[in-house]
Amino acid sequence: MSRIVKPYGDTMNDGKVQLSFTLPIEWSEAADEAARQLAARMGFADAQVVEGRPIATGFSFFVVYGSTPHGIDFSTIAAPSAKTHAMSMDEIDALVAERIGRKIRVAGACIGTDAHTVGIDAILNMKGYKGDYGLERYKSFEVHNLGSQVSVEEFVRFAKEKQMDALLASQVVTQKGSDVKNFTALVELLEAEGLRDRIVLCCGGPRVTNLLATELGYDAGFGRGTVPSEVASFIASRLTKA
Amino acid sequence: MELSIDLKTVAACRELASAIVEPVEAFIGAHSTVAVERSVLRLLGVDGVGADEVPVPNLIVDALDAQQRSHGAALAFGKALAQTGLEPAALGDRLASGELDLHQFDAVPAAAAREVARKYAKRSLDRISQRRDERRERLERFPQGEPPLLYVIVASGNIYEDRTAAVAAAEAGAQIIAVIRSTGQSLLDFVPYGPTTEGFGGTYATQANFKIVREALDEVSERLGRYVMLTNYASGLCMPEIATMAAIERLDMLLNDSMYGILFRDINMKRTFIDQHFSRMLNAYSGIIINTGEDNYLTTADAVEQAPAVLASQFINEEFAHRAGMPDTQIGLGDAYEIDPALQDGFLFQVAQAQLARQIFPDAPLKYMPPTKHMTGDIFKGHLIDAMFNLTSVMTRQTIHLCGMLTEAIHTPFLGDRALSIENARYIMNTARHFGEEISFKPGGRIERRAQQVLRDAHESLQRVADQGLMEAIEARAFADVSRPPDGGRGFDGVFERASDYWNPFEEALAPASAGAA
Repeated sequence: MSRIVKPYGDTMNDGKVQLSFTLPIEWSEAADEAARQLAARMGFADAQVVEGRPIATGFSFFVVYGSTPHGIDFSTIAAPSAKTHAMSMDEIDALVAERIGRKIRVAGACIGTDAHTVGIDAILNMKGYKGDYGLERYKSFEVHNLGSQVSVEEFVRFAKEKQMDALLASQVVTQKGSDVKNFTALVELLEAEGLRDRIVLCCGGPRVTNLLATELGYDAGFGRGTVPSEVASFIASRLTKA
Repeated sequence: MELSIDLKTVAACRELASAIVEPVEAFIGAHSTVAVERSVLRLLGVDGVGADEVPVPNLIVDALDAQQRSHGAALAFGKALAQTGLEPAALGDRLASGELDLHQFDAVPAAAAREVARKYAKRSLDRISQRRDERRERLERFPQGEPPLLYVIVASGNIYEDRTAAVAAAEAGAQIIAVIRSTGQSLLDFVPYGPTTEGFGGTYATQANFKIVREALDEVSERLGRYVMLTNYASGLCMPEIATMAAIERLDMLLNDSMYGILFRDINMKRTFIDQHFSRMLNAYSGIIINTGEDNYLTTADAVEQAPAVLASQFINEEFAHRAGMPDTQIGLGDAYEIDPALQDGFLFQVAQAQLARQIFPDAPLKYMPPTKHMTGDIFKGHLIDAMFNLTSVMTRQTIHLCGMLTEAIHTPFLGDRALSIENARYIMNTARHFGEEISFKPGGRIERRAQQVLRDAHESLQRVADQGLMEAIEARAFADVSRPPDGGRGFDGVFERASDYWNPFEEALAPASAGAA
């Protein structure tokens, strides 16, 4: 059954949206009007420029409210989550001990030139994130945190030599699509080396979604707010299912 | 608003920092690195790139044999200067092209080499001191305004876009502009050359890029009637070379930490200690304010637990800087507002830490870093957290204030993000300008107790490091829970022992009396 939804301001289906943007023009009343017309071009009805002002020579900033005429049929939307098999550390350790009988070998790295290890460290380091212990704390994982600026080649070589069961690739910097390029390069190299099917491949980062990850050929993607046990659950259930 | 803290413990911390740094300084005095030697050549006037875009200073230093290197690049280079009568730049070009080889000049007497190299060293130092005078004169003509000084970053990857963003930020009220480096640069063992238009998460630090933004900021400073400072990063494998280029192009600040590269970039500790010493000697002379990187302890681990580590590191950074001849007024010790916003009374802890640093380092231009770790895609909440950070900064009289961005967790700042961020800071700092002068801390209250605890714990941790020795302590995970072995990490192969007659004309001219230079 279709279910059309629109943004909600204070009345069902009013379609209210707030947006803000900068235009590369000196501020004037004409600039406000330009912002209003631009919002109308974007499709917003009743666009109102509630704030417009200069922020630098040749640049103006605007806050605009408008109503979108569009709606979306929510019944047609699917975005599978990788976080569906939530288990605790003890449950995961027990499951792996029973079904696999050895530690799962997992390696994580910030690939490419990215030096921001905050995310991968939060998942792997003993301490974990938001009170949820990192994979190093688990009895069921042998963790190799390769750190920052690990080339895709180096990562794959490591995975091959040390026979990793799972790889976690992290990307925080997203400028000019560098994250997607690096993620893609990793999948391609794993495939070229014939390793892809033998490895549970996950990616993570503040801009990563599971949908993006699966489109890129990953088994799962973990975005903002992910806690270690969610990643651990995914890897453990994937490996015990096979 | 003053915290009651135990000044004896503060003095004891300084003594411990001195005991910790002393043996490292002895090590520094007996060694040099390829980066220091390349800096010496750059200072003498060598520049440009040779085949495959390799910088000429790299080509020359790489061609030295171990024996030549141990005497310092200035000696071999000075011999060639003396013999050929060429200017350093021209000699550099001929060495780069292979037309000349420094081994040809081995027989030239050392005294002749020193004499001519000293002449060029003096020319270079005079030029740097001129840049320093220029800065002073401009600061008098165009006063900066009251601290906290608003510091923003630009990081498009393209130096010309950075220039546009820098000028716009200055117009919006920024007093300091930092051009963030491309993420890979700290691990490059050479400095890229010329203007650059591609980078990831930032823009390459090159001398040409420094000049482009400096000129734009000088222009906007005159137009606005207030001096806008320029900052870059003297860290990574080319730390002293960046300090050299910054001195020549009149940058005003440099991120420059004595341990950051070791802990967070896995750069060899010996390399880092030697490089930071020479860099700071230069920074002292060029009048550049350093910014230390204590914020990194807080972003990589729990900020409440790491507070003593921040203070301990501040003491160590201060001591290393003093040993390189830096006055307190050039030592911008770091801290950051990184406590989990969900923690009850987290704001009180932030105030305690910031005020503690203010009282312990009264003349230091403290660098206060904004929340990053707990920033999310919720830009509205992020803007609020930034406001609390701004309040803490103005209350506790921080000096260098890196403005937090509401979009911190999303992208490198848009032009509009920077304007909103600066507006936030200006509003808070204006509306609460003298708040800190009007209130006092409750004696024995939560804030004071927290500050006292942090000081005691920092003292304890310094004691442990002093007992172990700094290099051993770093290996034993005393900082940031990271272990780095003394001979591991990047750049170790560029560290070498000095011969007894090692010579570096800049060290000779700049060495502070207290430094352990050979």
